[in-house]
Order: sequence, then structure tokens, then C-alpha cells
Amino acid sequence: MLTDIAWGVIVIMLPLTGGIICFIWPAISKTLGLITVVGTALSVTGLGWQIIESGPYHHTVGGWGAPLGIDLFADGLSLLMLIMTALVGLGVSFYSKSYFKPQEATWFWPIWLILLGALNALFLSADIFNLYVILELIGLAAVALTALTGHIAALNSAMRYLLAMLLGSLAYLLGVALLYHDVGSVDIATLAEKIKPNATVWAALGFMSAGLALKSALFPLNFWLPPAHANAPAPVSALLSALVVKASFYILLRLWSEIFGSFGEGAAALLGLLGAAAILWGSLQALCQTRVKLLIAYSTVAQVGYLFLAFPLALGSNGMVWGIVAYLALSHALAKSAMFLVAGNLLRFSGHDRISGLEGTVQRLPLTVSAFALAGISIIGLPPSSGFIGKWLLIEVAVTQGRWDLAAIMIIGGLLAAAYVFKVLGQTFSDAKVSHDTGTVPASMEWAALLLAIGAILFGFIAPEILSLAHIDVSPSTNGITP
Amino acid sequence: MNNAFLFALVGVGIFSLGLYALIMHDHLLRKILAVNIMGSGVFLVLVALAKRTGDALPDPVPHAMVLTGIVVAVSATALALILLLKVFAKSGQATLPDRCKE
Amino acid sequence: MNWSTWLPPLVVASSLLPGLIIFFLVEEKVLFRTALNLAGALSTLLLTGWMLWGVSHGHQYETSVPFLPGLELVLRADPLSLLFVSLSSILWLLTTIYAIGYLEGSPHRSRFFGFFSLCVTSTTGIALSGNFITFLLFYEFLTLVTYPLVIHRGTEKARQAGKIYLIYTITSGAILLLGTMWLYTLTGTLDFRPQGILRDLGEENHLALIVIFILLIAGLGVKAALVPLHGWLPQAMVAPAPVSALLHAVAVVKAGAFGIVRVVYDIFGVDFAADLGVTGPLAVVAAVTIIYGSLRALFQDNLKRRLAFSTVSQVSYIILGVAIAGPVASIGGIVHLVHQGLMKITLFFCAGNLAETLGIHTVHEMNGAGRRMPWSMTAFTIGAFGMIGAPPIAGFISKWYLGLGALQAGQYWVIPVLIGSSLLNAAYFLPVLHRIWFREPPDAWPAERDFGNKETAWALLVPPLVTALLALLAGLMASAWFSPLEWVQFIAQREF
Repeated sequence: MLTDIAWGVIVIMLPLTGGIICFIWPAISKTLGLITVVGTALSVTGLGWQIIESGPYHHTVGGWGAPLGIDLFADGLSLLMLIMTALVGLGVSFYSKSYFKPQEATWFWPIWLILLGALNALFLSADIFNLYVILELIGLAAVALTALTGHIAALNSAMRYLLAMLLGSLAYLLGVALLYHDVGSVDIATLAEKIKPNATVWAALGFMSAGLALKSALFPLNFWLPPAHANAPAPVSALLSALVVKASFYILLRLWSEIFGSFGEGAAALLGLLGAAAILWGSLQALCQTRVKLLIAYSTVAQVGYLFLAFPLALGSNGMVWGIVAYLALSHALAKSAMFLVAGNLLRFSGHDRISGLEGTVQRLPLTVSAFALAGISIIGLPPSSGFIGKWLLIEVAVTQGRWDLAAIMIIGGLLAAAYVFKVLGQTFSDAKVSHDTGTVPASMEWAALLLAIGAILFGFIAPEILSLAHIDVSPSTNGITP
Repeated sequence: MNNAFLFALVGVGIFSLGLYALIMHDHLLRKILAVNIMGSGVFLVLVALAKRTGDALPDPVPHAMVLTGIVVAVSATALALILLLKVFAKSGQATLPDRCKE
Repeated sequence: MNWSTWLPPLVVASSLLPGLIIFFLVEEKVLFRTALNLAGALSTLLLTGWMLWGVSHGHQYETSVPFLPGLELVLRADPLSLLFVSLSSILWLLTTIYAIGYLEGSPHRSRFFGFFSLCVTSTTGIALSGNFITFLLFYEFLTLVTYPLVIHRGTEKARQAGKIYLIYTITSGAILLLGTMWLYTLTGTLDFRPQGILRDLGEENHLALIVIFILLIAGLGVKAALVPLHGWLPQAMVAPAPVSALLHAVAVVKAGAFGIVRVVYDIFGVDFAADLGVTGPLAVVAAVTIIYGSLRALFQDNLKRRLAFSTVSQVSYIILGVAIAGPVASIGGIVHLVHQGLMKITLFFCAGNLAETLGIHTVHEMNGAGRRMPWSMTAFTIGAFGMIGAPPIAGFISKWYLGLGALQAGQYWVIPVLIGSSLLNAAYFLPVLHRIWFREPPDAWPAERDFGNKETAWALLVPPLVTALLALLAGLMASAWFSPLEWVQFIAQREF
């Protein structure tokens, strides 16, 4: 039966295998890549169905079991992240089909498929050491993709990105070592059960959180993000902003929701504070940018800040906040990937991405501009987009807990987002004569961006369903399932 | 204070030295070396802390982790080195430009 | 599922679908686009008529879909919402006809009519919202779809105006969101109910409620152009005339005013709001706006700017009527929602006709325009007299009920405000009328277009004549069963 298939293994192995075949046989990489991404998305559907039908998914690879073997585990939260990856992956893949020149494509497809497999593996891991290995795999693939064009700016950004990634992973690994020493396990559920706050655990918390915050570009550790995201090819920027940043955040979320959440008040407050600073600083920086891609990259810094506000808020509420944040991450992923794809279209159209040179694009590329507008609506948090729902729920938690400061910052962040989104949109309506040669943008590139943006809006209408997915129970011991 | 703890402390020390070098040095090769030194520090901590109780045999799992970690570090270093070569080939220097200018 | 659940979303969809389809039409498909526009406008009108009939016979029309945990999107047709929907659907039809004539041959019409339809979608959505979250959704939607209309021309000036428009409206949206959120955490519901939802809240929440009231009014007051939040409105005059007409008469300012009516009536409840002591200050703000707008209008030479400041002033009659917090004054205020809409859209249509046909943009160019365009200028005159409050035009009815209501509520200070503003209205409209009818026309108009023996194109002429006639009828037949006044009395019964 369909429910008996080990979908969890397939969603990892399919893209990894596809990636390797693409390396060996570049001639078919585009076709094979697309088929693999579609197949992976279908497998995620299968896994989702399995989880909704029969609760959290658990699979022991090769029958070995912990501590030596690798366990796969997926609950609602993992499923949400897998869906996010599948959707963004589909959009970006259809876009990339026409975006890359043949030579770039031979590198893009294999690395992207390996990245996809690694992302899926990350969301299916229940073991903090496996998470480390996968995190490194993701980091290396992301760096390779950043350097894809071979331009000096891209290479420099990739180098800086790589060093930051390695530093983050090593700090995380140090934390893993300490936790293992203290508890004697790397399994998240076991850790959650046995952990007791002491000096070692505190140090582990510090190292792991700092390392992952660096990888998630939490202010002020975001120095590597804007150049990397702005200099990578557009589809890669979309993947980096939408998915790769979420990967490290997801680990942080897991660790805090299950292991550290019960005692880390001080550290949580610090993370929240940095998140708030990120919202303000990132948004203001975005507003100051003169290039579309940099603007979008700084917007990511700001939007990641929203996710970090969950840490202080989670302590005062039941697990609800984590579901909200996962939803917000999904919403951001769709909107932000759409935005970067739009930036790619604008680049293709006018040969540059300077905001001041966007005159007349609304007539020439209406679909692209619509995509930017719709994605922008979600980033700003205007109803009925998914961004609105996520932010509304988060603000509601803040107000209920009397955290007016956080509520105010979220609202100000929305206003600043409106300012930078409309800074771009207003320019596209300009009636000035188009002063440069314009390229043609293939329809598939316009539609890929638009569909992702529409997704960001439409997810607002199925928020209750998505949120109930996120609450499919976390720990395997309780089998209370609310589909 | 037992031996294991001492080793672990040295491991953290090596990690910190590597971190210092990573931040302070401009030359990319030094930065890559610094990351490797940090990695060694972490591996030392893992191996040292594998001996969790005084008399029992050391736990083999951290050793397995270190092996995995070394493999990861080798691949990361390989990627870093190729990037370094590319950067050097394109720009003629083995340092990153000042961030403010990008 | 039956008609009573389908009708409200159908009304919203009847403008949404044509709008979305129009976006994808190529510029040259004029006929299809026009047909689609008119079909949409007519079907909205028909469906609204159906609901009017139903509600007056005691039917309930309500739809809800889950949106947020604990909050639903609700569309509900109550008498107040129908008043606003009817106004929008009638004026949408006329404005569409007008816009087709006005924009003939100009670029980017598909985009224009697409957003134009969406603008009506959001207005009907606002009108039919059954709770505040639905209202908020359509209110923000309105901001977004009017922005491209304001900057439609794409000139530097238009984009600058669009920027100011956005700064005002988005900020006010954020303030509104904060107020709504706070309200929700206090009450756990955002439903619109007659007499409000706050009666059961304890004494200790009253301070919070006052702050919430201020936040909500500040948020809504921007669109309703309450002084000092009116700064965007004269700027937005760069938009094409049909947009100004729609913005002023139906969509944006009315959405703000309608929201304030909803907050006072169906969130706070008039009695409760009066007990809190928030209606008094609101009435004062409205009165200040009325006088200030009229004073500023007096000194504008640009015709559209004069009309814009007149709107600032006139819309606050609605708010004044509500804030006086008595049944009779409420009737005056709410009925002005319709009356002002009819009269102001007439004036804007005529201003557009002057600009399109003769190239006239300022008051001092209007000498003798009545001889060249007698029909348009007759409509203009009816609108202007209505604004002044001369019987038997609709504006008189509003002012009469407002005055009567103020006396009944013992708020005697309102009477001098009403008289003063009427005098000011006369002061800025009568000289214009004098120029139109009694001055000699110039030798040549600034930029005259030839329409043969007609004064202007049919599509430009018929809408203002119809609206002027409606304004006249709404006054003359105020006591007939089908008049807006009768319907508003029906609304007021529900609240008091």
C-alpha cells in the first residue's frame, strides 16, 4: 500500500541520487533535475499523507537504530518545512530551466539536487549529530551555488559565506560534544527527557545557539548574508534566502522547543532582543539600498528577525508559538523566493537591477511586477496574505503577554517593509522613457515568480489547516493527532 | 580535575585560538588553517569527553563522530582551497576585499 | 448552501472577477472590456437590489469562512451595509460609463479598469463585512488597489502623490491593526453587533477602551480625511477625474467614514461610547474638520482642489452626525453618506467634463462655461446648491436632520457650526456659479475639443445628469418609501 512506503527515505535519496547522476551525465541534467524535483515533491505529499493518517513518522534506516544507526523522524513541524522546501524547490526549478546558460546549468542542477536532498534530510533528522553533518552538507552546497557564476564578487562572497558557515557549524559541533558528554545521547527526544540545567548544558546552549544564529544571519551576525545573496544568481539567491537560512533556524527551533525551552529565559530574551534589532536594522538597511537584490537580501535579515521574536514569546505560552513561527517561515520562504526570482527577471530585462532604472517595467513585465507586489504584500504583512496571518498571530501572542515593545517593533517593521516594497513598485510605474536595450524574459520565468507569490497569498486562506499540521504532536510518545 | 577534563579544556583553548586567528588574519589561507585548527579543538573535546565515568571504558560513539567530523572537515577544506585558488586567479590577491566597498 | 449564504460573496465577486479578467486583456479589446465592465456593474446592481428586497422583508444574508484560529471572515448584509453597497453599485455603474468616455484612447486602460473594478470589490467588501477583521482585510485591500489608480499617469508628480497617499494610508492601517488587535485580546470577538460588543467589559478596562477608540478613529480618520489627517487628499487630485470622483464620493473617504460609523455603532455602541465620553471629542474633531475644510476650499483656485477640500469638510458631517449620539442626528449623518456621494460625484464629473472638453482646470477660467456646456453646468449647479444645503436638494435633508438631532441631544454648539459651514459653502460655490452663468465667456477656451453639435461626449454627459437628478430626487422625495432617508430611519431603529 502507499502508506507502507518509506517516503521519508525516498525524499532524501531521490534528489541525492538524481544529483549524482546529473554529475555523471550532464547532458540530461536539466530534464532529470526537473523530474527529480517533481518526484521529490510528490514523495513529500506521500509522506504528508502518511503523517496526517497515522501520526508522526518514524523510520530506522537499515534497521540499526540509535545510537549507531540513523533515525528518521517527522512530525507536523518537519512536514511543514518539507512542504516549504518542495514548493520553493518546484518554483525555482521551473524558473532555472530557462535561466541558466548551458555551462552554468551543468553545475547548477547536480548541486541543487544535493542541496534539496540535504534540506529534506535535515528536516527529517532527530539526532543532533546527524544535524551537524547535514548542516555542513547544506552549507557546502550553498557556497558552491553562490560561486556559480565565477565572477570575482560572487567568489569573494562565497568565500566569506563559507568561512562563516564553517565557524557556525564548528560552534554547533562543540555544543553537541558538550551535550553528549552531559547526557550521553544525541537523540533529541532522549535529550529533552534527561536534560538538567548545569554549567555544561549552559555552555552547550551558548555555543549551539550562537553558531546557528550566525548561520541564520541573526543581527549582528548577518555580515555574510547580503553580499552572498546579492551576488549569487537569482534562483540561487531565492534558494538561499527561502530555504538555507531556514535550515539552521529550524534546528534552533527544534533545540529550543524541545530541549532548552524550559530553562533558557535569559538567552531567549537575548535572542528576542537581537531579533527586534534585526527587524529595525535590516528594514532600514533595505530601505537605503539602491539595488533590488541587495534590498531583498536586507529584507531577509529583517524577516529572520521576526522568527527570532518567537524565543522570548514561547516561554510564556504553550507550544503554539513554534507552530506560528514555522508558518511564518513558510510564508517568508514563498514570498522571498518570488522576490528574488523577480529580481532575476528585472536583471534579464534591463541588464541591471538598479531601482532607479526600473521605468516602464509595469507595462513590459506586468506579471513580474505583480509577483513583486503580491510577495511584497505578504512581506509587509497586509491581509489576507500568509504574512499577515503569521504576524497577526505573533502580535496577538505579544499583546496577550503584555509585550507591547515586541508588538510595536513588529508593526514598525511592517511599515518599513511597506516603505521598501513600494520604493521599488512606485518606480516601475514611472512614465520615463526606457533608456536602454531590453532583453526578453521567458514566460516560464515570469510565471514561476508569480505562482510563488500567489502561493504566499493563498496560504493565508488555509492558515487554520497549516497551523493544525504544525501541531501534529512533537514527541513520539504522545499520539494525539489533530489533522 | 581529571585528565579528560584537562584535554577538553585544551580543546576549547585550541578552538578559541583558531577563532582568534580566523578573525584577525586577512590572508585566506591563514583563515582556512584557522578553521581547521578550530575543528581539531572540537575533535579533541569530543574524544576527551568520551570518557564519561572514571573507570569504565571510553564511549565509542564520540570517536565515530570525530571520524565523521574529519571527513566533513576535509571536504570543507577542499572547497575552501579551490575557492581560494579561484579568488586568487581572478583578483590576484588572497584576501577578501573590505566589506564596506561591496 | 442556498441563496442567503451565496449572495454576499456573489456581490463581491461580481466586481472581482471582471477586474481580474480585465488585467489579462490586451489594450485593443475595447469592446469586450467595456462589455465586461458594464456586465459586472449591472450584475452588482442587480444582486444588490435583490438583497435590498430581501433584507427589507426580514431575510438574513450571511456567509463565513474560517480565517484565523478563532476568527472568521464574515460577509453579512445588514441595513447599514446595504446602504453603502447600493451607493457603490449605482455610482460604480455611472463612473464606469464615465471612465470609458473619459479615458478613450489613452494608454494602459486594461490596467486602469482592472484596478477600478477591484476598488469596487473592496468597497462592497468593506460594506458587507460582518466583523472587524473582514473590514480590515478589505480596508487594506482598498489602499492597495487605489494606489495604482492614483499614480496611473506615471508622472513624477503622480508618483510623489502616490507616495504621500501610501505613507498616510499604510501608517493608518498599522494603527488600525494595533487597535483591532488590542480590542480582540480584550473581548475575544470582533463581530459587528447592534449596540456593540463591549457592554460586558468591566470598569477597569475603560481606560484601555478609550485608547483603543482613539487608535481606531486615528486609523480610520486618515481615509475619512479628518483634520489633521487629511493631508493626502488634496495631493491625490493628480489622479484622472473618474478616480477622483470614485475616491471622493464612494471608495476611500467613504470607507473611512463608514468604518467610523461601524466602530461607534457596532463595536462600541452609541450609548456605551457616550458613557465612555469619547463621542464628545469626536464631534469636536468633526466640527473642526467641517470648518477647516470649508475655509481652505475658499482659497483654492484649482477647481479639483477646491472640491477636494470641500470633501474634507462634507465627509465630516457623517462623523458629526454619528458623534452627536442621538437618533435624529444619526439619521442626518448616515443619510449624508449617500447624499454627499451623489452630489460630490456630480461635481467631479462636471469638473472632469470641463477639463476634457474645454481644458479648464481652474475657477477663474470658468467664466461663461454655462453657455458652452449648459447641461453639465446645470448638473454642477444642482450639486453645488446641494452642498450648500439649499432645499429641496439632498444636502438640505442631511443638514436639517443634523441640526434637529443636535437640538434634540442638547448639543446647541453644533447649530452655529452648521450655519457657519453652510455660509462658507455658499462663499466658495456661489462665486463659481456666478462665473459660470453670468460672466462673458472668453474668446477661446484653453483647449477645446470638438464634439459636433453636442456639448461633450454622451458617456461624459449622462452620468453627471443622472447623479444630479438622483441628488434632487433624494431631497424631493425624501419621505417616499424608496428614498435613502427612509432606509436610514430603518437603520437607526436598529441601533436606538
